[in-house]
Amino acid sequence: MTVIGLYQTGSSVLHRIPAGWKLLGMLLAVIWILLLTAPWQLAVAAAVVTGGYLLARIPARVAWAQLWPMRWFVVLIAVFQLIFADWERAVMISGTLLLTVAIAALVTLTTRVTAMLDVCQRLLRPLRRVGVDPDRVGLLLALTIRCIPLLVGIVHDVSEARKARGAGFSLRAMAAPAVVRALRSADAMGDALVARGVDD
Amino acid sequence: MAIIEFSGITHRFGDRVVLDRIDLKLAEQRIGLVGANGSGKSTLARMINGLVSPTSGTVTLDGLDTTAKGRDVRRRVGFVFTDPDNQIVMPTVAEDVAFSLRKSGLSKAQIAERVGTMLDRFGLAGHADHPTHLLSGGQKQLLALAAVLISGPDVVVADEPTTLLDLRNARMVNDLLMGLPEQVVLVTHHLHLLTGFDRVVVLDSGRVVADAPPPAAIAAYTGLLA
Repeated sequence: MTVIGLYQTGSSVLHRIPAGWKLLGMLLAVIWILLLTAPWQLAVAAAVVTGGYLLARIPARVAWAQLWPMRWFVVLIAVFQLIFADWERAVMISGTLLLTVAIAALVTLTTRVTAMLDVCQRLLRPLRRVGVDPDRVGLLLALTIRCIPLLVGIVHDVSEARKARGAGFSLRAMAAPAVVRALRSADAMGDALVARGVDD
Repeated sequence: MAIIEFSGITHRFGDRVVLDRIDLKLAEQRIGLVGANGSGKSTLARMINGLVSPTSGTVTLDGLDTTAKGRDVRRRVGFVFTDPDNQIVMPTVAEDVAFSLRKSGLSKAQIAERVGTMLDRFGLAGHADHPTHLLSGGQKQLLALAAVLISGPDVVVADEPTTLLDLRNARMVNDLLMGLPEQVVLVTHHLHLLTGFDRVVVLDSGRVVADAPPPAAIAAYTGLLA
């Protein structure tokens, strides 16, 4: 597993800002970046975002890991823009993409999942009147985040088993056992949630 | 100690009889359940906190019917599963332990204090903010146990908690289980872990075939396999 978007322990100013304010700040920062029109403005925004990472004392390796998975996507878009538009457009589009992802990652790196879920639950509270249970939605979001590494692990195990048996790549041979194992895990997790009093 | 009582329990999965006319009264502090795969021991353990309702018969905990009063029973019975990955709900260690207290009425500061104490007790204090999926198998099982114990259950049911662990981690988890002041019902294939238990129930094809202190029960079980 990579270190994408995982909370990094710390006591910096960014760590201490309440999650709600951080999410609002992220929204405003993304809007600001989307409104930029020149590469030099993007450079200023990049300096600000870098400053944010330095302020939060995020290790360079972790910061880099937030953007590295996007490399092919960004290269593809940049090349496309270079061919069909110009270099400025290529810089603006790919730079905007990288910076918005970097900002979102900075928020998740400095905010506990529970703090973000608390904000979601607070925001959803008015929807109680129409039958939405904010606690359930919060739990659903937490489980979604929790299940990503679990599913990655299942797919990895199935892939290893396939290799160990000397089988070549086959979508069916991968998907069928992975889905079966995922469903079994979901079933077991359901039991565990009941045992932990989720139905109270 | 709580009194766990199985009265005339029969359970079927389709046509297959998994448990056949079980009558048991468990009131000891350390109780082991052993038997071959498919003998019904996990199903029996799951009935203690109402995760499985018997096809016929009743299971009670201090007189509370585990089917009719499942929620009340589950507040008193903590359950540790074989694979801790299925039991861990939150992305980080401290958050997962705190999850068990979300409806306790305690303030955030009180929850944080209790979580800190519990993590300290289980040697996980240094991992409080670590992602749960990066823990070792032993640490995950300790986390699962910590998350169960923080809500203060009277009974801890552990369904093969050491099966996926190496010998060192299995010993560590077992030592912790043995040191608990709570009543413990342990389902296991690791017979050496039952040393010091008060009572061991042996199941075979859904029936109780031995019910005795560890040496006699283990001898009966190994005799079945001979």
